[in-house]
Amino acid sequence: MARIELSDLAHSYKRGASAPADFALKPMNLTWRQGGAYALLGPSGCGKTTLLNIISGLLIPSQGRVLFDGRDVAHLPTEKRNIAQVFQFPVVYDTMSVYENLAFPLRNRGMAPGAVDERVREIATLLDLTGDLQRKARGLTADAKQKISLGRGLVRPDVAAILFDEPLTVIDPQLKWELRSKLKALHKALDVTMIYVTHDQTEALTFADTVVVMHDGRVVQVGRPDELFEKPAHTFVGYFIGSPGMNVIPASVAGNHAHVAEATIELRRSYDIPSGKRIEIGIRPEFATLAQPGEGLPVTVERIDDLGRSRLARLRLREHAVAAGVPDALGDIGGTAGLILHPDHIHVYADGELLEGRA
Amino acid sequence: MDKPYDNRAWFLVLPVLAIVAFSAVIPLMTVVNYSVQDTFGNNQFFWNGTGWFRELLDPTTDLGGRVRDSLWRNLLFSAIILAIEVPLGIAVALAMPREGWKVAATLVLMAMPLLVPWNVVGTIWQVFARGDIGLLGYTVNRLGIDYNYVANPLAAWVTIIVMDVWHWTSLVALLCYAGLKSIPDAYYQAARIDGASRWAVFRFIQLPKMRRVLIIAVLLRFMDSFMIYTEPFVVTGGGPGNSTTFLSIELVKLALGQFDLGKAAAMSIVYNLIILAVCWVFYTVMTNLDVERRRPPTTA
Repeated sequence: MARIELSDLAHSYKRGASAPADFALKPMNLTWRQGGAYALLGPSGCGKTTLLNIISGLLIPSQGRVLFDGRDVAHLPTEKRNIAQVFQFPVVYDTMSVYENLAFPLRNRGMAPGAVDERVREIATLLDLTGDLQRKARGLTADAKQKISLGRGLVRPDVAAILFDEPLTVIDPQLKWELRSKLKALHKALDVTMIYVTHDQTEALTFADTVVVMHDGRVVQVGRPDELFEKPAHTFVGYFIGSPGMNVIPASVAGNHAHVAEATIELRRSYDIPSGKRIEIGIRPEFATLAQPGEGLPVTVERIDDLGRSRLARLRLREHAVAAGVPDALGDIGGTAGLILHPDHIHVYADGELLEGRA
Repeated sequence: MDKPYDNRAWFLVLPVLAIVAFSAVIPLMTVVNYSVQDTFGNNQFFWNGTGWFRELLDPTTDLGGRVRDSLWRNLLFSAIILAIEVPLGIAVALAMPREGWKVAATLVLMAMPLLVPWNVVGTIWQVFARGDIGLLGYTVNRLGIDYNYVANPLAAWVTIIVMDVWHWTSLVALLCYAGLKSIPDAYYQAARIDGASRWAVFRFIQLPKMRRVLIIAVLLRFMDSFMIYTEPFVVTGGGPGNSTTFLSIELVKLALGQFDLGKAAAMSIVYNLIILAVCWVFYTVMTNLDVERRRPPTTA
């Protein structure tokens, strides 16, 4: 049980790296509070696993400190950090039984046999492994093996945090839901910090109460799922979270007006625009509505996707692809149409970063 | 789904049967033919039935005694070199570098002894171990140890065992190294997270993952060492006395030295059957271990 702080942390796999491009992790400061359920979300290769391995001690960072309750552990080996980690692909000890696999982390730390037994049975019950406890781990299915890996991560009662590195990749979709809900329930029951790495936004948003979004070695936003949705701090977050992602349209902004495709949109706030930066406005498809020609911005309809409950229009605003909702009242529409953007939900970005306007 | 059955498919096996017949079965049958006959030259053969086999398997006869003694020497030799080369090979594989230019350098160095022709290995060691001009023999004698592989049976045994270890440990090591390389990093990382000791990592990760290659290594080294001929023949010629005369050396003496074709043929057949039997036992034991561990999941 611990609060984990990352202070000026950065990592490069090259020696003597200096250019920002050499860093797999760019300098960052981040605090994980004790007992939080975190998701570390980002595309493949953005540095999620590197960050995780630094927290667990499998990797020594090139610079910066890792503090567990204020104590710097950046150079302590994994064994001394009191941390559990579950990997993407199942790791089981083939020659041991399921029981011995689950008991292994406890026995290695010299726990009394009675306590080991109690703990192993508790975790086995949680993961529905009780019936398999005496079987050899070797012959089990990938699902069951990954459950064992999860079990070994969860079995230690006193860990500072449990790190999950895309642990449900090899699991069937149905079981995936089940296991994720179990992890969530376990998190509530155990009051332990959990950090869950994934590139799947659904997984991240359903598991975590705080989502950390990473992009290109940088943490671009830390927030609750609803914050990420309503106020993406970076165009990347807007684009990566949501399905489809946020519309990002180049615009020029002056004061409380944005000029897009020869039309002017009134904004709720006014902005001081830094010079020499790429200015874009972002709006989620949920807050953009297709309308009759002549209303709002002039767009061309490319196609209408029927999603069952709602319809989604794929549009073209000049050369930019835009997605928008289609109101039921609108009926069939094609060719040219209008696009209405709801001013409450328009955000302004300079070089990808959210600008806070003045009211 | 119904599998189609068509017995004409057997015709496709014919070419293989023909090749195996010419390469193995027919030559073997000539040996079987010799083994039940006696000859006094001039290509004249006399029927002897199972006479040679009975003599061969009866330790009270001269031939039977020689076969029994050399068989024990063979088994002892194989047991000793397996007991040395397998653990040593594993240890070497564990110590080999995992990345960088050292990997290539080590692999080349390790492969070197394997590339030397067997009779050359014998010649190298014959000279190397000589007390007068050989570097090893001379040094050992100067250290005050009486070492002469031509006169002392123990010294002769030590020499051929050290030679075989030098020649073949690399094979075991390279096979184990391949097994070790196939272990994903996640296993070592998980072991660190689980707080496993170095010994536990070896016992529960590395050894189980090397099991398959170790089976191959043990089979190869057993067969090879059980059939060993060239190296001891070059170094000791089977001596001093008969102390390093193995089955193969005995067989060559019988067939080419005394030209006892009948006895030699009978002995080759017995020799062959022993190897087959031992390999079968190895194979069965090891595959059964696998079957036991791979029982399909029972439905809960």
